[in-house]
Parts: sequence; structure tokens; C-alpha cells
Amino acid sequence: MQMLLERKKRRIDELAAAGQGGTSLAKQALKRMLRDPVALVGLVIVVLFVLLAAFAPLLAPKDPYRPYPELLENLTVTNIPGPMPGFLLGSDADGFDFFSRLLVASQQTLIVAVLATLFGLMLGMIIGGLAGAIGGWVDSLLMRLVDVLLSLPALILAVSIAALFARSNQWTVIIAVGMVSVPVFARLLRGSMLAQRESDHVLAATALGVKRTTIVFRHMLPNALGPVIVQATLTLATAILEAASLSYLGLGDQDPFRAEWGLMLAQAQRVFEVKPSLAFFPAGAIIVVALGFTLLGESMREALDPKNRR
Amino acid sequence: MTGWALAGSHHTGGSMLRFIVRRLLQAIPTLFILSLLIFAWFRALPGGPASAMLGERATPQRIAELNETMGLNDPIPVQYLKFLGRMLNGDFGTSTITGDSVLTEIGRHFPATIELAFAALFLAVAFGIPFGYLAARYRGSLFDTGIVISTLVGVAVPVFFLGFLLKYVFSTQLAWLPPSGRQDVDIDATSVTGFATLDGILTGEFDATLNALEHLALPAIALATIPFAVIVRITRASVLDVLNEDFIRTAESKGLTAQVVRTRHVLRNALLPVATTIGLQTGLLLAGAVLTEKVFVWRGLGFLLAQGIEQRDYPRLQALILLAAVVYVVVNLLVDISYAIIDPRVRVS
Repeated sequence: MQMLLERKKRRIDELAAAGQGGTSLAKQALKRMLRDPVALVGLVIVVLFVLLAAFAPLLAPKDPYRPYPELLENLTVTNIPGPMPGFLLGSDADGFDFFSRLLVASQQTLIVAVLATLFGLMLGMIIGGLAGAIGGWVDSLLMRLVDVLLSLPALILAVSIAALFARSNQWTVIIAVGMVSVPVFARLLRGSMLAQRESDHVLAATALGVKRTTIVFRHMLPNALGPVIVQATLTLATAILEAASLSYLGLGDQDPFRAEWGLMLAQAQRVFEVKPSLAFFPAGAIIVVALGFTLLGESMREALDPKNRR
Repeated sequence: MTGWALAGSHHTGGSMLRFIVRRLLQAIPTLFILSLLIFAWFRALPGGPASAMLGERATPQRIAELNETMGLNDPIPVQYLKFLGRMLNGDFGTSTITGDSVLTEIGRHFPATIELAFAALFLAVAFGIPFGYLAARYRGSLFDTGIVISTLVGVAVPVFFLGFLLKYVFSTQLAWLPPSGRQDVDIDATSVTGFATLDGILTGEFDATLNALEHLALPAIALATIPFAVIVRITRASVLDVLNEDFIRTAESKGLTAQVVRTRHVLRNALLPVATTIGLQTGLLLAGAVLTEKVFVWRGLGFLLAQGIEQRDYPRLQALILLAAVVYVVVNLLVDISYAIIDPRVRVS
């Protein structure tokens, strides 16, 4: 099983080893990236998505949180009103303005993805940092734990965490989705710490009598930033998909006054045959955004890879 | 001469055996940590373990009884040992939904999951390897770009949405294939193995097999997309790596035909990492195609899990999570061993 885990692990370790070169290398990597059309496509998608999320409440033509009588009027079990004047995409299954809801949902989708990633990053950083900084048996024990978590299928792990809460809400989703990335970040940070422990700048700092914690926070962590940003970008994509999966399994945010693409998509299943566009739009949005983060993350990884230095 | 040959073969067998033993021993701490995690999970269940295990039947009296019989009043280390004992005996309690023993339920639903997982894996491998190989061979062409883009999109699509879509197009609109289930109700098939497709062949009821295959098609396609995308990507990358190797240039300059170089040198070496990936994906598929099984009401382990989540059937969830992890560990172990058989370098490293 070691061998098979190997692939996942090697991917993380290679990333941890990359980008250990300070600012000039980071600049070079950035330059390489900006010449790469794939990176640009990813960047454009991500920037547009973030702007949309930031300004969605201003852009939404109607109030997304209340049903409209004009829409409710024609709403039956077999008919959900389509586009009509004032309502660009018509109604959703509950008589709300679908277009406005779709716009504001970008906000919650981004918030959940970002917070879940941050949660994974923080916890992963603590575990990986401790293992890397202390070493010895603490390191072996923590890394065994990380390997076990890494070998569980992502959705199973997320589901088991989410099921521990009697009622699910946005925080349980964030924790469950975040847990999936904890082992990845832990391994990444540890790898980076180990790579630097022997390096000259850490040796120099130790020789100057700098405190150990200062060395870790001032001299080691900043150098791990590149790989962490890459991994976080990739994690944002999977976080959006996993949050959607949890919603579909009934472990999502239950608050009807918070629209989120994954939840909208999951709920659209009930009425898929009446109005498929209720699923198409949130699904399309998820696909484009997840693709954007993936493209950006993968091209950053390539740009950081010393093998691609030209 | 014979002596040499014997010594050689003895040596190989020995290193293989040592490798297997070493891998088995390495699995022990993993399983131990896993059992600790599941025990912690069990202790952390909402309302306490006894109440969670009883579900709706929980009354203060029954909770107290269960606390006593399961030893939940004992010190934590004792509790852990008792928990471990129950797990090893296959005692996972009874489902709060059906009232059946969880182990019986799992036994009943496992064949459906195996059937679906292997159908999906077959599709992913049968299409993934040729597509990946061709993309690498015609690197930079329109075909290659198309393949690379579609694999990236493939992993960005929520699996359950793909399920809705397939169902809508091929079942609701075109009415070519059934939308859900494993077999039509009016098909009165004899169950031998529990694998609906196989049973029909064994008993000569070919209409039953055909019917089962029709039901299998859509869920298998939906489930195959992600492994397909992963296999294409790995095959492509791996073939590109091998094409740059010195021994390929040597083979070509020796005057071997392109055909021979491709099959004997390129494909053979490129397939090693692909084999690893296939193993990894098998583990993932067996561990539960929760989303796909829910969409297509495919009564396998994933369906059991989805239903268990909706109704908070904790005994069932506990058993399924443990099973998912164990299946994954065992499949990984088997893949490692077969990997060591294919590639002798693995044994010594």
C-alpha cells in the first residue's frame, strides 16, 4: 500500500521541493506563467469569479431571498415559469428569481471553498509544521496518521466528518470539506520544513542564535509559500465539487436563505424533468470555476517546477 | 548449470516472499491507526454512541442497557479493546432503518457494487489507454489538445450532475435505456452469484443478462468518467516520458520496425505507472460510488451509505466507513504485490 500511496505522496513531495529559491525565482516563475495561455485562461476565470462574488448583491436585478407573486402564479408541479420580462431566467422551484439567486450564489460558493481550504491549510500546517520542526517519533506518528487520512477516499472522509454533526449547516460543510485537504497540506509543509532544515540560510540563522520559533516562522514558512499557494489553488477547485457532493447527499447547508451553486444543483434534481436549466446553470458555473482554479493551479505548479526553467 | 538456475529461482522466490511479508507488516500500524480513528469517530457520535446506535428506538432505559452491554461505562482503553473485539467479530450492530444486521445488509449489497465498479473500470481502461496513447503519439495535434481539455473538464464535472444528464438524455428523452435499478421487476431471474449480469449466463436466462446490462450501461458510464480522465492523463504522460528514453532511440537505430518499438518498448514500459493508477482507481470505485449509486438507485454499498446518511443510520455508517478503508488498504496491498511481480526493481527498493 505504501507503493500506491507513493504516487499521491510523490506529487506532494515534488511540490514541496519546488520553489525553495527565494524571490528572484518566484519572479521568474511568475514571468513564465504570464506567457502561458493556459494560466491566463485560468487567471481570467478566477478573477471574474471573484469579482462576481464580490459584487453579486449589487448586480442582482431582483431580491434573491423572496418569492415573487408573478412567478408563483404560474408555478405548478409540472410547470416552472421560464424567462419572462423582468426575470431573465424565470423562476426556480420555489418562485424565487432564478437569475438573481444564481448571481448571489457565487458569493457563498466562494466563501465555503475559501474557508474550507483555509481550514485544511491551518490544521495541515500545524500538523506538518510540528512533524517537520520536532522530528523523531512525533514526526513518525503524525505522518502515519496523515498517510491513513490520505489513503481514505475523499468523499468518504468528508461524509464521515459531516455525519458527526447532528444537523448540517455551512460550518459543518466547511469543516468536512476542509478535513479532506488536511493530510495534503500537512505532508506539503513537512516536506518543505525538512528540505530547509539542512539549508544554509537556516544554518546561518541557527548560528546567529536566532530562536527556533523565529526561524520556523520568519525563515522557513515564507519559503514554503509557493507550493502552498499552488496546492491551495487546486484545493479550491475540489472543495467546490466536494461541497456540491455533500449537498446532494443531504449533508449540505440547510438554510434556504443562503444560495450556493452546489446546493442549487443538488436541489434541481427533483425538478430536472420539469426545468433542466435549473441544473444546467449552476452545474455550468461549477464546472467553469473548478476548471479555472485547476488550470491556474496546474500552470503555477509547472512554472515553479525547476525542470521547466528556461 | 541446473544448480545456477535453481539458486537463481530460489533467490527470486525468497525476495518476493520477503517483499510480501514486509508489506503485510507495514499494513499493521496503518490498520491500527485506522481502528483508533474509527473508535474516536464512534465515541464522538452526536448524542453519544449508545443513543446514535439505537436511532429512533433510543429511550433512556435502552441507552443505559446498551451502555452496559457494549461496555461504554468502562475506562476508555477497555472500551477500545471491546470495540476492536466487536469489529473483528464482524459485530456492527443492527441497521436502524431496516432492523437487519449490518453485516447481512453489506453482504447483500456488495455484489451490486462490485459489478458496477468493474463495469466502470472496464470502460475507463478500454477507452483510456488507447486515447492516452494516441494523444501522446500525436502530441500537440488538435486531437491531443482536445483530449487534454476534455480530461480537465471531465474531472471538473460533478459526478451526480453527469448522472442526471445521462438519465435525462438516454432515458427520459430517447427512452433507450432504463433510468434506475439493476433489473426490471418483471424479469424473474434466478440468483446464483448475486451478479445480475453473470447469473443470466449461468442459468441460461439470457434475456435477464441483457436486461441487467441495459441497466448497467448508464451508471457505468457516469462512474467511468473520472477514472477515464485520470487513466488518459497518466497514460499520455507516461508514454511521453518513455518516448524520450535512450532505449527507444537505441531500438529505433537498431532498425526495429516502428510497430515493434511501439508495442514492445514504448507501451510495455509506459503501462507500469498506468497499472498503479488502475489499482488506485479500483480501490476508490469499490470503496463506494456513493453519488452514482444514489442517482441511479443502484442498490449497492454506496446506495446503502447514501440512505444511511439521510436517516442517520450510524451502525450502518460505521461499518461502511470501516469497510471502505479496509477495502482500500487491501486493494492497495494487492496492487503493490502484483506490481512487484511485474517489476522486479520494486522488491528491493
